[in-house]
Amino acid sequence: MVVSTKMALDGAHAAAHAMRQINPDVVAAYPITPQTAVVQTFSQYVADGEVDTEFIAVESEHAAMSACVGAAAAGGRVMTATAANGLALMWEVVYIAASMRLPIIMTVVNRALSAPLNIHCDHSDSMGARDAGWIQLYSETAQEAYDNLIQAVRIAEHPDLLLPVMVMQDGFITGHGVERVEVLDDSAVKGFIGTYTPEYSLLDVDHPKTFGAWDMYDYYFEHKRQQTDAMSKAMKVIVDVGKEFGETSGRSYGIFDPYAMEDAELAIMVLSSAGGTARTMVKKLRSEGVKIGLLKPRVFRPFPAQELADALKGVKAVAVLDRSISFGAMDGAGPLFLEVCAALFAAGLKAKVVNYIYGLGGRDIFPQHFEQVASDLQDIAATGKVKSLVNYLGLRE
Amino acid sequence: MAIKLKELAGKPERLAPGHRFCSGCAEPIIIRQILHAIEEPVVVSMATGCAEVATTMYPTTAYNVPWIHSAFENAATTIAGAEAMYRALVRQGKFPDRDIRFIAFGGDGATYDIGLQFLSGALERGHRFIYVCLNNEAYMNTGIQRSSATPMGAHTTTSPAGTVIPGKVQWRKPLTDIIAAHRIPYVAQAAPSNWRDLMTKARKAAAADGPSFINVFADCNRGWRHATDTTVEVTKLAVDTCYWPLFEVEDGVWKLNYKPREKKPVVEWLKMQGRFRHLFQPQFRHVIDEIQARVDEEWESLLKKCEA
Repeated sequence: MVVSTKMALDGAHAAAHAMRQINPDVVAAYPITPQTAVVQTFSQYVADGEVDTEFIAVESEHAAMSACVGAAAAGGRVMTATAANGLALMWEVVYIAASMRLPIIMTVVNRALSAPLNIHCDHSDSMGARDAGWIQLYSETAQEAYDNLIQAVRIAEHPDLLLPVMVMQDGFITGHGVERVEVLDDSAVKGFIGTYTPEYSLLDVDHPKTFGAWDMYDYYFEHKRQQTDAMSKAMKVIVDVGKEFGETSGRSYGIFDPYAMEDAELAIMVLSSAGGTARTMVKKLRSEGVKIGLLKPRVFRPFPAQELADALKGVKAVAVLDRSISFGAMDGAGPLFLEVCAALFAAGLKAKVVNYIYGLGGRDIFPQHFEQVASDLQDIAATGKVKSLVNYLGLRE
Repeated sequence: MAIKLKELAGKPERLAPGHRFCSGCAEPIIIRQILHAIEEPVVVSMATGCAEVATTMYPTTAYNVPWIHSAFENAATTIAGAEAMYRALVRQGKFPDRDIRFIAFGGDGATYDIGLQFLSGALERGHRFIYVCLNNEAYMNTGIQRSSATPMGAHTTTSPAGTVIPGKVQWRKPLTDIIAAHRIPYVAQAAPSNWRDLMTKARKAAAADGPSFINVFADCNRGWRHATDTTVEVTKLAVDTCYWPLFEVEDGVWKLNYKPREKKPVVEWLKMQGRFRHLFQPQFRHVIDEIQARVDEEWESLLKKCEA
């Protein structure tokens, strides 16, 4: 029997609500738009005694992640939240957290990186951290942001992984957009996440351990191999936890959220909030007889290459939408597109691929943009030709 | 609080032998003295630097206490995170109260320069931890580059003495004063030559109910250019010239811990070290006078603070 309460929450408050229910031992965070609602709402929970957390209101994001590293090494649950330049500032320690195998959970409320200064959504921040060694889950809605955060605890702390997890939601669009969110009972969350006791703790003064020793050419390489092996085990854990979460909440999660993909000849791939608009348009086009589907990835790190190839078998043309640019990459493509190309090539699939950059700095994406994408896909499937590999949606040129 | 040699001799080593510090380095002396002086269980964080690389080359470690290194600038914040976790776990009954002391070590580069914001933040938040600056007055681990702790006139590879520039032209940053301005319970300046003073300060820092800070003069013969067997002599002379006074600020009260019977001219200390050799050329001799004037000025100012 699933007990849940329907609440009107924006994405930031949904994340803060999940944090309250997770009740981490330590939270170290710094305010940055559009993440601020997460850190200030959580601060209020601390002030009201609703959590047992030691909240460290640090003086920068670099300090936030530094404190998280020290706290996590000391053997308890640790969470933080950031966005954009904050994530960029903590960059050095983002890598250290993953490489020291500390299961820290971080909400990233996606926002465009400077310059120029912009506070609105794109994915340049978290995509910039895609090789940092963190598991990355992208959320379409406040509901998904809430659900992903709770699952992240189980994923990060799994003994085969011990990897930090970033849970993304789109700044303002999801972060400040109020939606209906079904929240679990506190006890259900508590039961689902269980307790966490790491094998080694910095506080174990009777069995002292050295954390973060320096490591030369004779060991560093092996340690990096162990780290990548752990990441390769993550997909199974993510899938298992997603199923188990379904049993608790009635909402199961997988690697992708496919829509109308069964007999699709054309496919659109897009992360996070734009998935909603895409789904609506796919539904409309389906009613008009177009064999199109939506494949919305939830997991970007580790990248589900084999699963993607399986999901796209039989598809003739794929449009990949990116909310960031990998500057200097092939034709200035986006990171999701590049990963999709690599996965399809490695699997020997011959589907035609096309990339669309959209929504940078919070530029809106509208249904007609998806209509244009669908129309392009139909042309590509019919002619077998991609006129332009990388295109821009909603851009004045 | 009193330091008794007999008792100390029987205590287990917290920094084990077999580390890779250079011959004559003051840092292992200081780390040993401090870890030995503190009677409670300790958890240590360390900034990137000489001490870090000399003690923990994987798969070896010189520590018989829990130890963590994260990055260069964040030793204070790393230990603050551990201290916060300790408080959280003890409060919730998830971990026993073991009366643990949390200590961060960082060099002058890590403390005066790249990590100053992190240290200041952790002090302001009031974490109960001891921060020890191992101040060897330059970036020694990367091969002797200037820091804001480097003294005026010193040759380093990024403040080299040339034909027209006499080494570093700026005066050092008054870090101990800056830390004291944070109004934390305990701040001190110390030197390993005056070991009883240093160890007493470590105990006082450990007893402080809040953040504490000790700036320790850490001779580096590789960077300062002198023989490896004169470390304590050079250190002692820095204290006796009043270039490095020993004092403490306990709950806002300034106290001078050592007044040399005879305040020696700073030139005696300068001439022991190759890093100041160029100052003895005629065109740069005026720098020695400037250094003496600044040392005198700071000493007088310190005496006033301590008399007040």
